[in-house]
Amino acid sequence: MTQQTLQSNWTSIVMPVLTRIAVLAAPFVLLAVAWQIAASMFPSYLFPSLIDVFLRFFKIVASWDQFVQVLATVGRIMAGLAGAFVIGGAMAIVMARSRATDNFLSPILTFFQGIPALSWVVFAIIWFHGIEFRILFIMIMTTLPAFTFQILGALRAVPKDLFEMVLSFRPTKAQMFRTMIWPSVFPEIVTAWKVNLGNAARVVVVAELVGATGGVGYELLQQQQLFDMAGALAWTLQLVMFVIIVQQILTWIEVVAFRYRAISERSL
Amino acid sequence: MSNAVSSLAVPAPGSKASEPEIRFEHVTKTFGRSESDLFRAVDDLSLDVYPGQIVALLGKTGCGKSTMFNMIAGLLDPTEGKVLVSGRDPFRNFDWYRGKIAIVFQNDRLLPWRTAIENVELGLEMLNVPGAQRRETAQRWLSRLGLGGHENDYPHALSGGMRQRVSIARAFATNAGLLLCDEPFSALDEMTAQRLREEFTSLVRENGKTAVFITHSINEALQIGDRIVVLKRPAKIAYDINLTADLGSAEKEAIREKIRDVLSA
Repeated sequence: MTQQTLQSNWTSIVMPVLTRIAVLAAPFVLLAVAWQIAASMFPSYLFPSLIDVFLRFFKIVASWDQFVQVLATVGRIMAGLAGAFVIGGAMAIVMARSRATDNFLSPILTFFQGIPALSWVVFAIIWFHGIEFRILFIMIMTTLPAFTFQILGALRAVPKDLFEMVLSFRPTKAQMFRTMIWPSVFPEIVTAWKVNLGNAARVVVVAELVGATGGVGYELLQQQQLFDMAGALAWTLQLVMFVIIVQQILTWIEVVAFRYRAISERSL
Repeated sequence: MSNAVSSLAVPAPGSKASEPEIRFEHVTKTFGRSESDLFRAVDDLSLDVYPGQIVALLGKTGCGKSTMFNMIAGLLDPTEGKVLVSGRDPFRNFDWYRGKIAIVFQNDRLLPWRTAIENVELGLEMLNVPGAQRRETAQRWLSRLGLGGHENDYPHALSGGMRQRVSIARAFATNAGLLLCDEPFSALDEMTAQRLREEFTSLVRENGKTAVFITHSINEALQIGDRIVVLKRPAKIAYDINLTADLGSAEKEAIREKIRDVLSA
């Protein structure tokens, strides 16, 4: 292979990747520049330099005592989401099978959706003693309606013609679930996780801010009392990084699991 | 030529097939909850289909062909009368027919998340056939239907004709004795449909299957069926005739004319 061909191959592989990274990074670079301009014009307790923020960010990652607080918050988010997913999934299956149960539960879940996260925090503090149980309760109650409605919608949207086709082979209940139901609802479940992940990350901070003695929310409260904007930003960024990482994992799952989908050369 | 209802639809004298594979005994099927919105799809229908027959069910749109089809498949229960397949009620003994009935639908109904070969394997999975044997059978049927090399293609990457071939392979792979086909070639262009009809009939005959083939095309019924049952609305037999292999073109034309008359009556 000639040097020219090697160079051409390198360009055709690397250039699209670099272009994609540049497109993704561009808005963040602009935001960082705007922040840095503000940092040069205002006192550091209002707009700290980004260098200070990133130093604090890496200090949290490097210090186990501090990073464990991030992990505690991550654990609470995942436990809350998993709990809401299991309960919501079970409720959705029952609602999909029984119109009466749907008529009974739907108004309750809609009512729950209207209750602000902060109200659930107050209820949890009044009703329960254990901190971890309080947070789990808040996480489940705030994400349960969305999970239930999304899974219920997915179950109702299972294509009837494909369902009948599989049914014509007389499958067992387990075979029907494995070959038809699960592949049909899985895309909606991934979407539900993506949507609820963002919600859960916001709610967990509120729950920790009011009712916890550790975690990112608790640390944010400390930074507010110290009037430490760099610290507040650094702790916030820890949570944002977690959300980005999990969203990327979910996107990767989508790419691998939904590779059967036709891709149009024209986008919407 | 006789046009007597069912008079030609019994096995020839001396035939071994004396017990019908499918039997409709005075079957009526109505839809709707109250008398005012009652819709009668099938009306006092009696019909016997014998093993090895390829019966073309012909009728206008909405004449109850699909309702009959769904009753044979065990997806609907008759309101009155009795439907028997292999001597049993297919609605009440639904699971007993696992591996005994296969269906080719109007559209291919391939699972989009499965490759061509995985779609063909579907029915074999329900029969708990071991993986290697499943794959080998699916591969053989895909090759038989000219889809060698497309095993790992997803449905969206296949043409309409290729997808329908996959669905035919899926139906044949389970080696079911009874094939139900609901206008499987109606959505295809005439050239592709013609080729698939020929392949389909030769496969049914080679493998000794009984087939019920729903169609609204007289030409298709004449090409595929060795018996044609014409239905009037609501589903009741208006004309029933056995076709012999040595039928001349003049006789075929006469049958075609007769069917036209019955359908337009």
